[in-house]
Amino acid sequence: MSTLSELVGKETIEKVLAKGRSTGAGFSEIFIEDKRSTSAGLDDGRIEQVTTGRDRGAGIRVVHGETTGFAHTADLSESGLLQAAEAAAVAAKQGSGGVVTVALGGIDRHQVNDVQILPNEVPKTRKVELLERANEAARSIDQAVVQVSAGYGDSVRRILVANSEGVFAADDQVRTLFRVSVVASGDGGMQTGYDSMGRTIGFELFDLYDVEELAAGAARQAVTKLKARPAPSGALSVVIKRGSGGVLFHEACGHGLEADLVGKGASVYRGKVGEMVASSLVTLIDDGTMSGEWGAIGIDDEGHHSQKNTLIENGVLTDYMWDYLRARKENHRQSGNGRRQSYMHLPMVRMTNTFVINGSSEPDDIVKATKNGVYVAKLGGGSVNTASGDFVFGMTEAYLIENGEITEPLREGNLIGNGPQVLRDIDMLGNDFAMGNPGTCGKDGQGVPVGDGQPTLRVKSLTIGGTAA
Amino acid sequence: MSSGNALQDLADRIVAQAKPGEQVEAYVSRGGETSIRIYEGEVEHFVSAQSESVGIRVIKEGRTGYAYAGTLDESVLSEVFAEARDNVQFGSVDEWAGLAEPDGVAKVPQELWNEELAHFPTAEKIAIAKELEKLTLATDARIRIDDANYDDAYGETAFATTSGIRAHGRENGCYVSVGTLADDGDETQTGFGFSVGRTPTEFNLARAAREAADRATRLLGATKPQSKRTTIVLDPYVTAQFLRVLSSSFSGENVQKGRSFFAERLGESVANPLVTLIDDPTNPLAYSATDIDGEGLAARRNVLIENGTLKQFLHSSYSARRGQTKSTGSAVRTGGTPGVSCLAMQLVPGTATQAELIAQVSDGVLIQMVQGLHSGVNPISGDFSTGASGLLINNGQVGAPIREFTIASTLQRMLQDVVAIGGDVDWLPMSANGMSLVINDVTMSGA
Repeated sequence: MSTLSELVGKETIEKVLAKGRSTGAGFSEIFIEDKRSTSAGLDDGRIEQVTTGRDRGAGIRVVHGETTGFAHTADLSESGLLQAAEAAAVAAKQGSGGVVTVALGGIDRHQVNDVQILPNEVPKTRKVELLERANEAARSIDQAVVQVSAGYGDSVRRILVANSEGVFAADDQVRTLFRVSVVASGDGGMQTGYDSMGRTIGFELFDLYDVEELAAGAARQAVTKLKARPAPSGALSVVIKRGSGGVLFHEACGHGLEADLVGKGASVYRGKVGEMVASSLVTLIDDGTMSGEWGAIGIDDEGHHSQKNTLIENGVLTDYMWDYLRARKENHRQSGNGRRQSYMHLPMVRMTNTFVINGSSEPDDIVKATKNGVYVAKLGGGSVNTASGDFVFGMTEAYLIENGEITEPLREGNLIGNGPQVLRDIDMLGNDFAMGNPGTCGKDGQGVPVGDGQPTLRVKSLTIGGTAA
Repeated sequence: MSSGNALQDLADRIVAQAKPGEQVEAYVSRGGETSIRIYEGEVEHFVSAQSESVGIRVIKEGRTGYAYAGTLDESVLSEVFAEARDNVQFGSVDEWAGLAEPDGVAKVPQELWNEELAHFPTAEKIAIAKELEKLTLATDARIRIDDANYDDAYGETAFATTSGIRAHGRENGCYVSVGTLADDGDETQTGFGFSVGRTPTEFNLARAAREAADRATRLLGATKPQSKRTTIVLDPYVTAQFLRVLSSSFSGENVQKGRSFFAERLGESVANPLVTLIDDPTNPLAYSATDIDGEGLAARRNVLIENGTLKQFLHSSYSARRGQTKSTGSAVRTGGTPGVSCLAMQLVPGTATQAELIAQVSDGVLIQMVQGLHSGVNPISGDFSTGASGLLINNGQVGAPIREFTIASTLQRMLQDVVAIGGDVDWLPMSANGMSLVINDVTMSGA
């Protein structure tokens, strides 16, 4: 498989960048992507099919003043790229800026992820076997398991970014993912269980984790919920198990700390740098350099090296996350958070791996100290209105806490809170940090892989959206 | 054989390469979009993009393989075909595996392509988005703009199969949208408005501006309500989202695989007798109207629930073979092999206005927005829980704004608890229509 710099030569890239600036624009950029993916699905006891995919193309961005022009093409020939560059340039500004030249130095190949076994070098039979093992493991847990679906996916994403300011960088991003969902059926209807694992590594994922264990866990979750009672309705203390609640921070404050939203005045955290925005227990980091984690990247999709950024330190807001445009506008450093779904999309400020570091409480003590509440063992997705701060997230596996003990399982539901209030209401933080499940974060119609993590923690009060009085 | 259409010819050419014993389907498409975002009177971004894709499905001796690529480049096509063939050996033997076959159902003629839009000048598209921003700002002094957008897209698709399907379709459409922020001291609330058309001349910019402003400003000062059982009145936009959540339960494939709570309920009462729900992609008013489904069969009108009784499930050719019935033209492609889904859900409206419906509610909540349907609703178990914001209803009158609460029930119960359906039909940029909908006995969780 040829590298992108072999496919599109440096001279061509320089010509494209110059063409992008030909209508007077101050900035031009080319983002080239070649992504190969394989997926395999099992459902209803059968391997449905193995699918392979290829997505290859380039996106060209031209910035003139406050206006961005963007065009993309699947045609990587010099004429195809020049045509797209012209379209982007015209979109950014009608007019002529004369002849511009762009010269690039050597390419910067920056890798943070160490891949042992490239997934495209692994026979497809081995991928399919994993699905069958997961299916059997889930079905052997209980007679009540009536349906199992399992999915395997890998992707090798090669990117190359160059811009008129001399950035010229490349990264190979290899991701491998496995997921299982289970349906159990009982007297009270059907319930579901779900678990997944994914890392920015190759097929060695399956040396590190056991698909049978993952599948058995998903099956137990579904079976346990057959006996679940309706979740409570109203405000209660909520204890969130380690590695399952990072999505809380992703929604409660992560999005609100994205500089593009802050810059438009669409975040409750605007103008709050240097202020206490959370309980002093909370130190929140976004770290694209965490080797192997789901949100880890060598470079972001603007060619900037990934970084470890402290967002909140002991409760005090220290900084937002930045991309090229917003950093330029506010004369701030980029932070390695300019990301895009594919060459067909414009980059914007996105999280990478977002997590809260350890506190000092023993996780058992956090449960014991909670007289009545809810223990959340697995969270689903969430969403936030960054302007008002109101956010929701789903609980897919949860239990009642009664007199300091975890008791009965609960049916699913959403929890709702207001970001700044919930951050202040975190009153216990465990010492058992773990990263959580691989996630896909959606913003403005684009999905990117993100990681999250946290130790076991307690929120003094959150509204549980169940039906039980 | 040439069809006079390059995309159809390409699909035909791929299928002509099938070897004996192979069933082959080629699904090729291309399209493009314009996306213009205005902020503070200037173009913030202008995206002009073209895309194309090919998917090849190969079935041999009951095993299926699939491959796709985001280009129609000849050099990649042969790679895609080879990959699909290679992938066949890893699929399980499935006695129902197969391609759709011509079923004699004629396409319902529809005007899905608009020449005016295809040639609409770029400068006017920009002017429309700027006008929307200006109109929205002018509605209320407390309003700021998050963004004002003009978007259009066109798409063209062709299918060919060794089983004799040849189908081609193309469509285009456009919409404008505006996101608002309303401020009062430290508090900020948000709103949105949009307008959809086959051509920009169909837009109602004034209405989009007014709704975007109203949605944000009427939430200012909102408080968190007390938890209680209550009656909810869903805004048309929320009703459409609610209908979408039900979609997967009508899939015949989900029924066969034990993932629908409607399984075993055909012919039974599953909803209040007021409820008649159809899936009709042949209705030209529907944003997602189409003349062919995801396997190239004619799209058609299907009654799902009639006067509260569950009438039928939807099928692709796979689930139809498996269930010994006929395809309902309900195959969808979301990137891979065909699935089954509703294409354009429509709840048959009543006659009352929203104000008339609210006048009948002594104690309830008008739900203006919901948040987290993807995380709090499980269409398999039926558990329903979503974040919401809206306005209290007291003695038939809309009152104070409320936010940061959830509404919860189960999908099964909510269908039975529908007590009124409005006549205020709105055709939204999604695959369901909307109108005001009144549902009893829902749990509101707040303070």
